[in-house]
Amino acid sequence: MRHIISILIENESGALSRVSGLFSARGYNIESLTVAPTEDTSLSRMTLVTRGNDEVIEQITKQLNKLIDVVKLIDLADAPHIERELMLVKIKTTHDSREEVKRMTDIFRGKIIDATASSFVVEMTGHSSKLDAFIHGFDEGSIIEVVRSGPTGISRGEKGLHL
Amino acid sequence: MELSGGHILVQCLKDEGVEFIFGYPGGSVLHIYDAIFQQDDVKHILVRHEQGATHSADAYARATGKTGVVLVTSGPGATNAVTGIATAYMDSIPMVIISGQVPSPVIGSDAFQEVDTVGITRPCVKHNFLVKDVNDIAETMKKAFYLASTGRPGPVLVDIPKDITDPNIKVPYKYPKKVHMRSYNPVVVGHKGQIKRAVEVMLSAQRPVIYSGGGVILGEGHKELTELTQMLGFPITNTLMGLGGYPATDKQFLGMLGMHGTYEANMAMHESDVILAVGARFDDRVTGKLAEFCPYAKIIHIDVDPSSISKTVRVDIPIVGEVKPVLEQMIELVKESKLKPSKPALEAWWQLIESWREVKCLEYDRGSLIIKPQFVIEQLYEVTNGDAYITSDVGQHQMYAAQYYHFDKPRRWINSGGLGTMGFGLPAAIGVKLAFPDADVACVTGEASIQMCIQELSTALQYNTPVKIINLNNRYMGMVRQWQEFSYQSRYSQSYMDTIPEFVKLAEAYGHVGIRVEKPADVRPALEEAFALKDRTVFLDFITDRTENVYPMIEAGKGHHDMKLRVAPGTPLNRELS
Repeated sequence: MRHIISILIENESGALSRVSGLFSARGYNIESLTVAPTEDTSLSRMTLVTRGNDEVIEQITKQLNKLIDVVKLIDLADAPHIERELMLVKIKTTHDSREEVKRMTDIFRGKIIDATASSFVVEMTGHSSKLDAFIHGFDEGSIIEVVRSGPTGISRGEKGLHL
Repeated sequence: MELSGGHILVQCLKDEGVEFIFGYPGGSVLHIYDAIFQQDDVKHILVRHEQGATHSADAYARATGKTGVVLVTSGPGATNAVTGIATAYMDSIPMVIISGQVPSPVIGSDAFQEVDTVGITRPCVKHNFLVKDVNDIAETMKKAFYLASTGRPGPVLVDIPKDITDPNIKVPYKYPKKVHMRSYNPVVVGHKGQIKRAVEVMLSAQRPVIYSGGGVILGEGHKELTELTQMLGFPITNTLMGLGGYPATDKQFLGMLGMHGTYEANMAMHESDVILAVGARFDDRVTGKLAEFCPYAKIIHIDVDPSSISKTVRVDIPIVGEVKPVLEQMIELVKESKLKPSKPALEAWWQLIESWREVKCLEYDRGSLIIKPQFVIEQLYEVTNGDAYITSDVGQHQMYAAQYYHFDKPRRWINSGGLGTMGFGLPAAIGVKLAFPDADVACVTGEASIQMCIQELSTALQYNTPVKIINLNNRYMGMVRQWQEFSYQSRYSQSYMDTIPEFVKLAEAYGHVGIRVEKPADVRPALEEAFALKDRTVFLDFITDRTENVYPMIEAGKGHHDMKLRVAPGTPLNRELS
């Protein structure tokens, strides 16, 4: 099963490699990993998407907790949560296709943030499956480049992951 | 007080109460060595290879409970130390390793003797640091000692670039009294409700077994474990790392369990209905085939490290906490409880266990005209009154020592259990002897293992650490040969060395005493002679039976009840090597 693990970790050099090293050393897989400093710059927040059965996920969370730099973590999949991913797509356009790309972008509530005579850059956020659906709406040849951030997430309700 | 980085580092060690530091100098640590030269409080032990430094410091920690300290230079100094760091990591030994690094401005430029030490050691340390500012040394060292020795202990490495210890840059020094880390709060006391549930299950057990490991020794819980075990009247078995956690000569002790555990210990585990695992981690050498492990048992597991719980074997009642306080709480609850262990059930259980003991799984051919390795260990046990510190290398000799030297006290059995590091024994013995100069210290080894850190014989002379080396010389890498005999139709691929040094001459060349022993009748006199030579390191080269195997054995992929025994009843004990 797919799990989104949200981690508060000391913003130290090497902290990221401790996490990624743990996954490779113990044979766990990482589907995606995003990381950035939080409003408290001494801390980073990491969002990690992984897959595994309950035993594997239990070990992953225990092993992550055991890392000295990890301050706190939660498995977002344990409770209602929201997840979003950011995507930037560069799409080849022709005179005839430009309107269609614009319409698709509107349907998916994306934004065109750059345009040339022959291309658009579309910015879009949403659940990863929505981003997949947008991409699948075009034929392969018209997509020049796709950049995705990997999902990040937050739990619903008033409780939060903080110190 | 204003000090340079090198002096700060040494002052930190003093303030931490460090007695010995095991190391080897080099370019990146010259400032630190200059600071060491200018003081007498911290004694530096100059080894002959950095691996030796790590094993000596590690064994010093195992024997004393204090944190071992190592100092190595950058590059090869650090990489040579990696085996010893990983050894300490696998057995959760508190150790602080200080490694020099090339100066900060040239880090990343492939400078002379530069390696990414923090990167290389990351998977085999509890934590590591790269110090980037001379003002951070004291706090980092305090954190390193705190992390190494608390919670589940382990090695912590501090990498220090050369410019950070520059003698010309002086800053105020103050060693922090305490350190707080928001990301590190090891659990000490166990969950009361869980402990209560565990005690109820234990007291209603019909066929209970206590299975204890190295955590009991690291956590100083041996007294509590002994009290609880004797109060309950339950049988107890120890892992390889746990030997000495319960007195081996006591009648409730079933011996070691696992791959080379006793028949009675493994059968009891297999047939039990309740297992109390204390500071043990269900290692594959203990469990055998996981699907067949303790099929009828409810499992209670006490461990300070939550990630050890339900890692390989699903546990019914987990208790996260330090062994000692949790056992104390259990003892109180057992005392208060109206429920008592069922006498008839325990009697029947002990009867069954006695029938397994009858198999006498550790029996061997005592009439042999060739020296049997087991006989040497038994004689060693008698000559030292069972009270020596025994270090070992890795292989058959290690198992014989574990099986035939009955450890009644904790911290007496010093071996590389998790990583299985050949070369551990000799430097380990030196580390122990430095800690306890008046104690008998013996290194049980084999002719293959001893050659992996033989250079430390020179260290033993320099620091006058008169240890006794018990070399069980069977002219084979015995354990490899044994597996090849069992699983590869005796194709002894590379498990034999065509050239083996004359160890007596070698010992003499290093300034020690060498004795070669070829006959069973000479074993005891030779041991007595060696231990009578209080001031000398003695290398005893016992020429032992090449064909001998370690029994019982659970072969890979088999369960506890499926043991290979030395003999089927009625079979002669001696045999020819095919």
